[in-house]
Amino acid sequence: MLQIKKISVSVEGKPILADIGLELNAGEVMALMGPNGSGKSSLAYALAGHPKYAVDKGKMFFDKKEITELTPNERAMMGLFLANQAPVAIPGLGIKSFLWQIYKKFENEKRMDLVKFRNWLDDEAEKLQLKNGLLERGLNDGFSGGERKKMEVLQMLVSKPKYIILDEIDSGLDVDALKIIALRVKKMVKEDKVGVLIITHYSRILNYLKADKVVIIEKGKVKEMGGMELVKKIEDKGFEEKK
Amino acid sequence: MSRFAPIKEESKKEKWEKSPYEYGFSSPEKHMFKAKRGLNEEIVRMISTMKSEEEKMRNFRLESYKIFLEKKMPTWGADLSTIDFNNIFYYVKATKSEGKKWGDVPKEIKDTYDKLGIPQAEKEYLGGVKAQYESEVIYGSLLKKLRDKGIIFCGMDEALVKYPDLVWSHFGKIVPKGDNKFAALNSAVWSGGSFIYVPKGVKVDLPLQAYFRINTQNMGQFERTLIIVDEGAFVHYVEGCTAPIYTTDSLHSAVVEIWVAKNARCRYTTIQNWSTNVYNLVTKRAWVEEKGIMEWVDGNLGSKITMKYPSVILAGKGAHGEILSVAVAGKGQHQDAGGKCIHLAENTTSRIISKSISLNGGRSSYRGMIQMNKGAKNARSKVVCDALILDNESRSDTYPVNKIMESEVTLEHEATVSKIGEEQLFYLMSRGFEEHEAEAMVVNGFIEPIVKELPMEYSVELNRLISLQMEGSVG
Repeated sequence: MLQIKKISVSVEGKPILADIGLELNAGEVMALMGPNGSGKSSLAYALAGHPKYAVDKGKMFFDKKEITELTPNERAMMGLFLANQAPVAIPGLGIKSFLWQIYKKFENEKRMDLVKFRNWLDDEAEKLQLKNGLLERGLNDGFSGGERKKMEVLQMLVSKPKYIILDEIDSGLDVDALKIIALRVKKMVKEDKVGVLIITHYSRILNYLKADKVVIIEKGKVKEMGGMELVKKIEDKGFEEKK
Repeated sequence: MSRFAPIKEESKKEKWEKSPYEYGFSSPEKHMFKAKRGLNEEIVRMISTMKSEEEKMRNFRLESYKIFLEKKMPTWGADLSTIDFNNIFYYVKATKSEGKKWGDVPKEIKDTYDKLGIPQAEKEYLGGVKAQYESEVIYGSLLKKLRDKGIIFCGMDEALVKYPDLVWSHFGKIVPKGDNKFAALNSAVWSGGSFIYVPKGVKVDLPLQAYFRINTQNMGQFERTLIIVDEGAFVHYVEGCTAPIYTTDSLHSAVVEIWVAKNARCRYTTIQNWSTNVYNLVTKRAWVEEKGIMEWVDGNLGSKITMKYPSVILAGKGAHGEILSVAVAGKGQHQDAGGKCIHLAENTTSRIISKSISLNGGRSSYRGMIQMNKGAKNARSKVVCDALILDNESRSDTYPVNKIMESEVTLEHEATVSKIGEEQLFYLMSRGFEEHEAEAMVVNGFIEPIVKELPMEYSVELNRLISLQMEGSVG
């Protein structure tokens, strides 16, 4: 279980989130929704350990182990994966060798050899409908928004996480790409019992990947918790800014 | 300081101390002859006598020595004031004579190459290994097929005896003895180095390689290389250096001259990894005739101070020059490197790509010159220099000079200075990589456009050395 116990988060001294508490189980999908600037992405960064997002109060646990003070790589090695909203480019860092290095970090027991791994990679890339030759380039270098998001999914598949945070994975994606990504994640939930936290403004992605829990946050606080019925409410009325 | 808490100061420090300079070893010294420290006319004469040289070379040396004394120390670049010319050995002879077969090479020297990780099998397909151990070429092996094609690849001393006319046709003409103080010094005391002649129309499909190494405390290494690529021919020469650590300063001052004839092409690749007490002051220049191509690929990792500006003189119509360089300046290092392209003829083109990395208080400078003489109509040149600075203690400067005397020319200059972004580091760390691994990934990505031009084993070594440097930069 990924547990967030009453955390307050600030960025450069400015409070962003207050007393947030959430629990995400293995094999569960949770949607975290809210208007722009409500603090959704800040929560994702705080969970992943971005140094700019200071956890001033509260604690976070990964399968009962506290992770509040751990570095981003320590959290990643435990099995926490953040799919970034705007993945950065690292020119010159060859994707295939990068993914192979990730793979070697996470897979110790049943490791494929390099040739098998590359074949598997090509296969997965094809399923994600990544353009031919894209994997020969530098990481995200000159990639479109959609291609970057698919690269996040590919990295996710290679590192086999236990819990995934999808930070606005749907922004900038066309319907086809959205469907491909959502169904791939759904497969991970079903087959590998991965826990998924989907951060989004829109209900679109939830048409393909149903949420077991829905949490609405607003102005840095949890406003409402429930099931898919909350999504329906937002679709009809939008986020109610005043209440 | 690490930007990503918590900082494990203890363990990181320990790790660094346990990983000293990787190639910091030395074999027991075994010399046939070693000149006294310091330099005077007598020592110059003695070097010439030891080599049984003819009067012509002896006079060349003596004239050069006079010029060396007259020339002032260059003050426009890196700080050279701490070089003590009187505390350097100018001539050391390692073994009796050149070995022709691998079996003739002394054991200590073989051990040295083993430590450098030069595989025995490599020489079979590298097309002949020339290795300079100390001041003499002690081992030279040429594959028969190279010889059959008429290619000459031997030590400079041997070339002077066997092919004096060919050597003198270009020796000291591309880099004249009075070119600069260090070229004059090299001209006076040079020893060893390679001579290559590639006949008309012959293309050498495998790179020719040389390994250089300083192995005597306070020993100067003054090798002299001359490459002549005749019409329509091609050769790729690769030179790599690693040196052991010593506590007192060492001087490496080489001269490389290359003649590229009509329609010929030469690529010269260097990876310089001297230990961080070495002054590396090298003059490299190529003369390029009509439609010839010269490419310098230059990697500077080690040394205390490097001053090196590979140059191309584009003398014939349509000649092309290319200088790709990468420099890494760590603690206590100043890499002052760049390139020069001098356009003398119509439709000549050139390109300089320089990438530098400064870390742990290191300093890197790009110093370059593009000159386009009257008559160099339609000359085109592009200069790109990118600097990556890893911390606030480090420094990077650029000193570009353009001398344009012709109006119908094109000159482009791009320069960027960047720091590794927190977002890039966070992104890679959130994939499971340690901070130093993440930094190395960004840095290796930055220099990738140059590294991909290197032969495989060099690019692997370069990436590994940079990763080692990064481990030291964290904490």
